[in-house]
Parts: sequence; C-alpha cells; structure tokens
Amino acid sequence: MRSLAKKQLEFGLRFLVLIAAFIPVRVFASDWGMGASNSRLSQPYVFAPVSTPAYAIDTLAWFVISICAGIALVVGSLIAYSIVRFRAREGDDGSEPPQVYGSNPMELAWTAVPVLIVFVLILTTARTIYTVQAATPPPGALKVRVIGHQWWWEVRYPGLGIVTANEIHVPVSDGDNPAPTFLELESADVAHSFWVPRLAGKTDLIPNRKNTMWIAPHQSGTYLGQCAEFCGTEHALMLLRVVVQSRADWERWVAMQQKPAEESLAASRGRRIFESTACVNCHMVRGTIANGHFGPDLTHLMSRETLAAGAAMNTPENLHIWIKDPDQIKPGVLMPAMNLSAADIDAITSYLESLR
Amino acid sequence: MATEIALGELQSTAPLPMLGRLHEWVITVDHKRLGLMYIGGGLLFFVIAGLQALTMRLQLAVPDNHVVSPQVFNRLMTMHGTAMVFLVGMPILTGFFNYLVPLMIGARDLAFPRLNSFGFWLWFFGALLLYFSYIGGDGLYGAGSAPDVGWFAYAPLTERAFSRGNSTDYWILSILLTSVGSTATAINIIATTFSLRCRGMTLGKMPVLVWLAVVVAFMMLLALPPLSAAQVMLLLDRYLGAHFFDTQAGGSAILWQHFFWIFGHPEVYILVIPVFAFASEIIPVFSRKVIFGYQVMVAASCAIAFISMGVWAHHMFAVGLTPAGNAFFATSTMLVAVPTGIKIFNWIGTMWGGKLRFRVPMLFSLGFLFQFLVAGLTGIMLGVAPFDWQLTDTYFVVAHFHYVLVGAIVFMIFAAIYYWFPKATGRMLNERLGQWHFWLFLVGFHLTFDPLHFAGLHGMPRRIYTYQPGRGLEGINLIASIGALVQALAVLIFVVNVGYSLAGGEEAGPDPWDAWTLEWSTTSPPPEYNYAKEPEVHSRRPLWDLKHPEDPDWLYE
Repeated sequence: MRSLAKKQLEFGLRFLVLIAAFIPVRVFASDWGMGASNSRLSQPYVFAPVSTPAYAIDTLAWFVISICAGIALVVGSLIAYSIVRFRAREGDDGSEPPQVYGSNPMELAWTAVPVLIVFVLILTTARTIYTVQAATPPPGALKVRVIGHQWWWEVRYPGLGIVTANEIHVPVSDGDNPAPTFLELESADVAHSFWVPRLAGKTDLIPNRKNTMWIAPHQSGTYLGQCAEFCGTEHALMLLRVVVQSRADWERWVAMQQKPAEESLAASRGRRIFESTACVNCHMVRGTIANGHFGPDLTHLMSRETLAAGAAMNTPENLHIWIKDPDQIKPGVLMPAMNLSAADIDAITSYLESLR
Repeated sequence: MATEIALGELQSTAPLPMLGRLHEWVITVDHKRLGLMYIGGGLLFFVIAGLQALTMRLQLAVPDNHVVSPQVFNRLMTMHGTAMVFLVGMPILTGFFNYLVPLMIGARDLAFPRLNSFGFWLWFFGALLLYFSYIGGDGLYGAGSAPDVGWFAYAPLTERAFSRGNSTDYWILSILLTSVGSTATAINIIATTFSLRCRGMTLGKMPVLVWLAVVVAFMMLLALPPLSAAQVMLLLDRYLGAHFFDTQAGGSAILWQHFFWIFGHPEVYILVIPVFAFASEIIPVFSRKVIFGYQVMVAASCAIAFISMGVWAHHMFAVGLTPAGNAFFATSTMLVAVPTGIKIFNWIGTMWGGKLRFRVPMLFSLGFLFQFLVAGLTGIMLGVAPFDWQLTDTYFVVAHFHYVLVGAIVFMIFAAIYYWFPKATGRMLNERLGQWHFWLFLVGFHLTFDPLHFAGLHGMPRRIYTYQPGRGLEGINLIASIGALVQALAVLIFVVNVGYSLAGGEEAGPDPWDAWTLEWSTTSPPPEYNYAKEPEVHSRRPLWDLKHPEDPDWLYE
C-alpha cells in the first residue's frame, strides 16, 4: 500500500517536471507596446455587444444557448443516470438482463420533441437573418469601403475623399441620431474576413466580389477586431480597430483627414530620401509625388495609433525599426527592408513623424 | 472441417525469414491484413500529425511566442488538418470496415480483393507524397516546403500568384490519390455486402456496423468526385492557364468553397458514421442487451447521410449568401439534429435496464456519448446562421470540430481498438494501462478543448500563429497547451500498451467479451479464409442464439 502511494507520488512529480519543461521560452520579449494598449481597451468579447446587429445576434445566441443547455442537462443526466443505475453490481448472478428490442411509441416521442424544438429554432433564426441582412442603408448613411490586402486593411470614405488604413473612424449611433455605417467589403488579393466581435458578426472580403455589412455602434470607444479568414503568412497580425466617436469628434477627424499632407521644413531631407527611394512605388502621401497604391496611404500616418496593421504601437522607435527591418516586427510582411543607412532611416522617420 | 483447419496450421508452422514475411504483407490481398495495414498506417500518421499539433500548442501557450516562425506554423496547421482527415481518419475507419465487414457477414474476403490491395497502396503512396512535400515542395523555385494554405485551401491562395513552388501540387496529388483509394474501398464494401452475405443473413439481419458501412460507402461515392474534380480544376489553373478559381482573371473564389464543402461536409459524416457503427456494436455487448431500435438506428443513419448532402453552405454563412440561402442552409443543418438525437436516445435505451460492464472499450464509448452530445449541441449553435457570423473561423469552431473528431471519433476508434484487438491479434490489451490511457486522455481532452470554446468567444480567430497580450487569451491558451501534453502522454501509454500486449498480453480466445456477432465465432486471429464452413444465421445476433437456444433472437425480430 505504502509503496503504491510512493509510486504515485513519484509519477506525479515526474509529470510536473514534464509540464515545467513544456512552458516555452520566449525568444523575443517585445510586444511592441501592444499588450499595454490592448489592456486599456475593451476585450473583443462576443457577448458584450455595443452595436445593433451584434445585439440581434446576442439575443438569438442566448436563446439558442439556453435551449442547448436544457437539452444537455436532460440528455446528459439520462446518460449519467443509466451509467450509475444500471452498472453491473458485485455479486451479480451473471444472468443476462431482459432483452428489449425497441419501442415504437418511444421512438416517436424522441423524434417528435426534437422536431418541434428544431422548428422553433429555424423560425427564430430566419427572423434574425432577415433583420440583419435585409437592412437597407437610409439616405445619408455613412458608406465606407474596406479593401483587404495581404496583411492590412485599406479604408476609403467615398464622397469624403478620405483614404486611411487599419483604423476605421465612425460616428456613434444613438437613439436620437441613428447613424449606421454601411461597409462595402472587397479584396485586392485573397479571401479575408472582417470581424469586430462587439460590433457585428463577420463578413468575408472576397476578390471579384462586393460584400456589404453594417454597424450601428451605440457607445463610443475603440473596438478591437482582426482578419478571420486564413490569408497567408501574416494572417495572425492583420489586426483592426474601429474607433467610434461622438458626431462632433468624428467630424473633426474627417476635416483633419481631408487636409493634404503637412509641409514641414525640418523634415525636408527625409522627404527627399523618401521620394527618391522605392517607398513611393507603394505608398501615397497626398499632395506629393508619392502616389503608390500597393501599401497603406501615409498622408496622415501620425493620426493612427498603430503600425503594420496593429502589429506595433505607432511610436518613433517602432517606426524606425519598421522602416529598417519590417520582418522584425511582422515576419513575412510584403514590405521590404530598403537597406538604408541609419542616418537616412532617421531622416525618413522624422519626415513620417511630420505627417500628422 | 478438421482437415481444413489443419491445412491452415501447416502453412503457418514454418516461420518465414523477416524479408519473406515482409514480402507477404506487401503482396497480400487478404482483407484482414489490408485492414490492419490501413489501421497501422493511420495510427502512424496519427502520431506524426499529433506531434505537429503539440508543436502548435507549444507556440500558442503564451502570447507573442517565437517557438516556430509564421511560415512553419502555417505548414504545421495545414499538414495537421490534411493528415488527420485523409491520412488518419479515413484509413483507420476504412481499415476497420475492411477487417470487419467480411467477418461479420460470414464471407471469406471482400468481393474484389485485388482492388482492395490497389486501393490500399494508392492511399499509402498518396500519404507519403503529402509528407514528401517537406523535401520536394521547393521544386525549382526555392519557395515552398510543405503546403501552407490550410486544409480547405481556399482559392485564390492556392493559385500560382500566391502559392509558389510545388507545395500545393503535392497537396493536390496526395488528396487525389487517397480519394481514388477510398472510392475503390467504397465500391468493394457495397459489392461485398450486397453479394457475399452468408446463408440466412438478409439485409435486415446484418449487424448495424455492416449497415453503416454500406451507408458510408455510398456517401464516399457521392462526396469524393466533387473533391477530385476541384483538385483537377486547380491543377489546370496552376499548370494549363485555366481560370476556374483565378480571381485575377475573372475566376470565382466562392466556386472552390462550394466544391470543397460539397465534399467537406459529407466527409464529416463519412468519418463519424463509422464510429456510430462501433458504438452500436460495443455499447450493447457491455450493457449485455440487444441494440435498442435496430431499424430506427439504421433509418436514422440513412437520414443523416441524406441530409448531410444538403448542408454544405453552413461553412459559408459569412461569404455573403442571400438571406434565403442562409435560411435554407440553417434549416437543413438543424434538421440533422433530429436523426442524430434519435441515435443518442437509442444508445441510452440500449443501456437502460442492462448490466453495464466498465471495461476499457465501454469507458471510451461512454466518453464518446457525453462528448458527442456536447459536439452536437455546439453544432446547433453554429447552424444558427447569425450566431455563426460571430463563431465561424474562430477557436469556437476549432473546439467544436475537435469535440467531434477527437471527443467522438478518436475516442470511439480507441474503443474499437480495445474491443477488436483481441480478435485481430489473439491477445488482450492490458486493462490497467488501458484505464490509465482512458482517464488521462479524457482529462487532457477536456483541458484542451473545453477552454478553446471560450477563446473563440473572446475574439480569437483560428489559424493564427500568435496572439497579442492584453486581449484576455493568455490563461485559456496556457491551459489548452497543458491539456495537449496530457493527451500526448495518454497516447504514449497507448503505444506502450500495444507493444507490451502484442509481446506478452493475456491470451484472448475466440470470444473474450461474450459477444454476439459472427466474427467472435472464429479463432483469434481468424485464419486467412475466416470460416472453414460458411456460417448460417437466423437472427442479427447468431452467437446469442447459440448461447441461449431456449430464448433465441429470431423469435422476436
């Protein structure tokens, strides 16, 4: 008896050592400031809706979950009860129990009840599908085009002349001033999926196709989301933020974004280097000769919280590392390292820092 | 009869040298040997793909981890998924049918033994081709290695523009070959059950397992061609300038999704119906009762097979179908719940009033019952299209389908191995090690997959190689990773058990479980010809009739 306990203890200890060996070593400690930033924001939790379609889904979801939990409880208890009640007892005479081949009334009962439950579920599901999907934009609703790229989001406001990336600013939509935002979703390369859990369900961005979805957030704040359809190497770091602002704040943001890039004499050397390297093939800075389309528009880069589609906080240090070696922040990213001298990178960094 | 058995013994008395024995396995057309090779091969890939999963859990144990690069992670998740479906699930389950169907219907082999052998070797080399991509995937491009497009390989990520090198080509060819192998098995099982049943075994007297084997065979014949067609189209795109899925030239990305899921959803049932079949054999024997509602069980399986052909677009609720399309596929999906529920109730009906014996096969079957119940209910949640807009492509889905694939299918595969191992080898698997295996695997399974549901609800998409701190995902992922380690330990115990029991396990005898179907009437392991004399049956449980001549089944069926 004693030796058995000792054996079990030994086994347990060995097991703990195995687990300890399993806690992996981190090669990089840096999260580029994202951990702190994420912690300040609300977590992207499905059951914390703040926008009309997300509310509709939430209500339906809890209805379905309660039905499923009820079924789990009833059927699970039946299984558990049969296990306990009908276990072979010690001292059993070894005779076979009575053989029961089936029962039509019972089969009918456990067919009919699920059919009824399924019928109710189908009706409620269909109603929510139509509520969310068949909504049409009211006149004057804000329209935003979101175009998925490997691995970032291009955001365009047709009619407002704004082009930005990875962070979408929309006005809050409250009872007195309903202001839904309708998103047109497209893709420049492969399939992506737009998902901000607190605002709505996800909708895919598919090349050669225009999808639409809408949000009507009731509460201002910054909401986290990310690409939800595998789209290649950096699918994990194709992150997304939706900034919901009061009408006045949002209008200020619009006015600021509509301005051309700011001229800054102090950054003119950086600008010259930027404009004479391949940067301009991919990036646009409105009002300058940089008019590339493959990468994010940089006209108001400093108005964004993050770099590299949410992979790093937008700080001068991170920006410097990003220009020097993008792979260090986002391995496999399509932006190449330009092999510039440290001085040139400093200059470009201060130029980009001036794009407010 | 005695002389025939003596002949069989004569053949096996002089042990062949190693090479000769190996050669015998290569040239064999015996359904039992091919069945065992399918199962053995499947288990080998189960260990490999399992270790790949363990590596992924290691990477995801903490945020911003750098155990593997994103490129390596994407290969791991693609290979893990593809291998577990085509190199593990399919061969192990077809292996069991190969082994059991002729024995259970009193036949000497499948109808087309050489077609059977052809199918196995196609599968085997197709499987090798998938893993050979680690060496050959580079091609002449210096880009590639193993496939990294996900197991459902959504277009246009698989087109030449986004997938250079030959990795995707290896994926295509491997799946094409293994699918042809499965089609051969399907034809064989249908022909065998329809034409080689022993005297007295009408269709209505076949064991449930054989019935479900036929259902699965028909599903394979219907579901695999769309997959093969899509693979050929993709090859045409990649090498002959076709534009089926090439969106840059006006092709359709959604077309691929339809083709893939018209195969992909029935595939789930092709994998799960065989384990319903195992449960329908094992639960009655360990409850000491006849299966409750035989006809209804068979009818429900046919209904599942039929409905499952019309639910595929529930994988595509987020691609922007019309509301009517979404409502249709939500409806068909939820309808599957009805026959599935019927099956669970009938298994409970079988246990009700019985005398349950908790040997290892029964333990795994009971684990299966609970886990399959939960998997079915989360399946209903996913079928509710609006809820699915939140859940699809997240870890909730990952948790849900691992509840099906591990909690139901792997659990029942283990049950089936513990149950039929004595028949195939003549030796029992060790009961004590089996108990350790079961309890550790149960704990590991729940540690891993229960928390992952919540990862999905907390906004974690599937197939991400890393996640940032501060989003509420740290604890969930660490627990899941520890659970993966516990599962690996359980599988290690299983491997030890198989080796130990093969070498010195307890002698099984022909009928160690006091069971009722025909395979337990022959020796363990059965001779090459299975039965010296064609058996004759009068009911669904011929051995019950033999053991209880005063109260035979055919009085009641």
